[in-house]
Amino acid sequence: MELAPLLSYIAFFLVFAGIFAVMALGLNLQWGFCGLFNVGVAGFVAIGAYSSALLTGPPEPERFGGFGLPILLGWIGAMLASGVAAFIVGVAALRLREDYLAITTFGIAVVIQLVALNAQTITGGPFGVQSIPRPFFELLGSGLAWNLAYLGLVATVLALTWWALERLVASPWGRVLRAIREDEQAAASLGKRAAAFRLQSFVLGCMLMGLGGALYAHFVGYIAPEDFLPILTFQIWAMLIVGGSGNNLGAVAGALIVWAIWSVSGGLLREVMPQAEQARGAALQVVLIGVLISAILVARPRGLFGERARVSRHADGHDG
Amino acid sequence: MLQLVADGLIVGSVIALGAVGLTLTYSILRFANFGQGEFMTWGAYLAVSALTFVLAMTGGGVMQPIEPFSFGWQLLVALIIAAVLTALLALLLDWLLFRRLRHGNAITLVIASFGAALALRNLLQFFYGTLPEYYSREIQISLRLVPRDVMGGLRITPDQLLVIALTGVVVVGLHLLLTRTTLGRAMRATAMNPALARVAGVDVDAVVRATWVIGAMLAAVAGVFAGIVGQIRPMLGFDLLLPLFAAAILGGVGSVWGAVLGGFIVGLAESFSVPIFGAEYRAATAFLVLIAILLLRPTGLFGEKR
Repeated sequence: MELAPLLSYIAFFLVFAGIFAVMALGLNLQWGFCGLFNVGVAGFVAIGAYSSALLTGPPEPERFGGFGLPILLGWIGAMLASGVAAFIVGVAALRLREDYLAITTFGIAVVIQLVALNAQTITGGPFGVQSIPRPFFELLGSGLAWNLAYLGLVATVLALTWWALERLVASPWGRVLRAIREDEQAAASLGKRAAAFRLQSFVLGCMLMGLGGALYAHFVGYIAPEDFLPILTFQIWAMLIVGGSGNNLGAVAGALIVWAIWSVSGGLLREVMPQAEQARGAALQVVLIGVLISAILVARPRGLFGERARVSRHADGHDG
Repeated sequence: MLQLVADGLIVGSVIALGAVGLTLTYSILRFANFGQGEFMTWGAYLAVSALTFVLAMTGGGVMQPIEPFSFGWQLLVALIIAAVLTALLALLLDWLLFRRLRHGNAITLVIASFGAALALRNLLQFFYGTLPEYYSREIQISLRLVPRDVMGGLRITPDQLLVIALTGVVVVGLHLLLTRTTLGRAMRATAMNPALARVAGVDVDAVVRATWVIGAMLAAVAGVFAGIVGQIRPMLGFDLLLPLFAAAILGGVGSVWGAVLGGFIVGLAESFSVPIFGAEYRAATAFLVLIAILLLRPTGLFGEKR
């Protein structure tokens, strides 16, 4: 096997793993550290992807958007748009029973999918948005060099996200989140407004999902509604649960492992299943993810890397 | 106008039946079961297979419709078989998965139901493929109940009328079960306070099993009804999940009549949204209803304060 295509594939694989890791880190902030159950991951990812695509893309006569802004502004716009959507959903659902958030986020993802599919003048409808600018593409061309460059970009974003989240969850703010997750009444009795902290955690997490969506859009170059089906939500959940929620290392490792399982199983099924049965093979692949989520929940609820029992860095070694 | 009401009632029947099952499992098993929609889909598809089987057993393999309906008695037998099989599926799922998670965090159960729903839906797609199926290919002439010059008129097929009527029968039957039998009282007691119910001698494990059976059977019936008035597709239940939740929460979690009313309200809201927002956004209506109820009255119409 020639080296260049192999390297190119590895870079491609790692770019996706890195993008998924950013999304999984966002979900970890919500579920792992604050106990918020978000079933609308795909919706918030879609908002980010479409926002960045519309902000940075070339003008299209038939469609809204195409402002040709710099890509970095597109990414910031993606985070803002997903954050605003999360704020609206959060205000409606977060003050209620915890499973109502699950139902509401499920609903918002359905609605976003509908809008993506039907609001032709904004989202391009079923055909999606094409010719999303790819950073350094003119400079490097479509080969290995570009894949590696984008990998570097994704790795930088991932590292920044990681660093910011580690700082956040180790801060007093992060401790309050975990306190609310464990015992809301106790946290409230110490004067912490649970609703406000929950909302902050939810909005920040969704902003990361939006960023992940933008990273995806500018790597692939075009987006369509079928890129943001509920299966994406399941994949991110599987990553977090396999890796271990409440631990950023778990979220990133889970992203890598589940994406590897997904890619390998997809390749195997394509080999094994005859051409006419490919759609059925794809269904079987999704069954695998569903069973994986359920099996890990039963057999190893903490995932591969469970949460570290840590109060604060000042109290290390004293908490027994 | 009248036609929109009728369309809303037909869709509402299916939503109502599914939502009643959802509200029961929600209040007694204490978690939002995202698998309820998949029980509907499985019920609908199991009835397809059961129908083929029944027709093969009764010779000929051809269904002779009972006038004025598009299907014969064999479909009703298939419906019962499908409901029993769906109940067994729910029990199997509980034994494999939910039973082991019941003593942990309630949200873990929701995640598990999410994973299970995903697996169930795609398993179905693997077995049956993605092409739509029908119980009967008979073409039905719709009855004109109201002439066109009275409020836009009203046309409805006998099948659709039967679905609305049978929904009423099933719900009344369930109401009698819950209010007049020992099992029903035990179920309501468990919904209110499981610990107290156990102390009072209620076999909570049996109640849990009964709840799964009833919830899954209602889902299967709803799924078959959805198949009678429409197509049987792998996404049938998934697409109904949001209306189901909206209806159950609108009615107040735990309230059977609330879920029925909620189901019809969501069904009517969906059909009335079509001339306003267009058919393509029909599915978003349930979400608007859900957001409105969460903002205005999160306990639902008949819910108790928690």
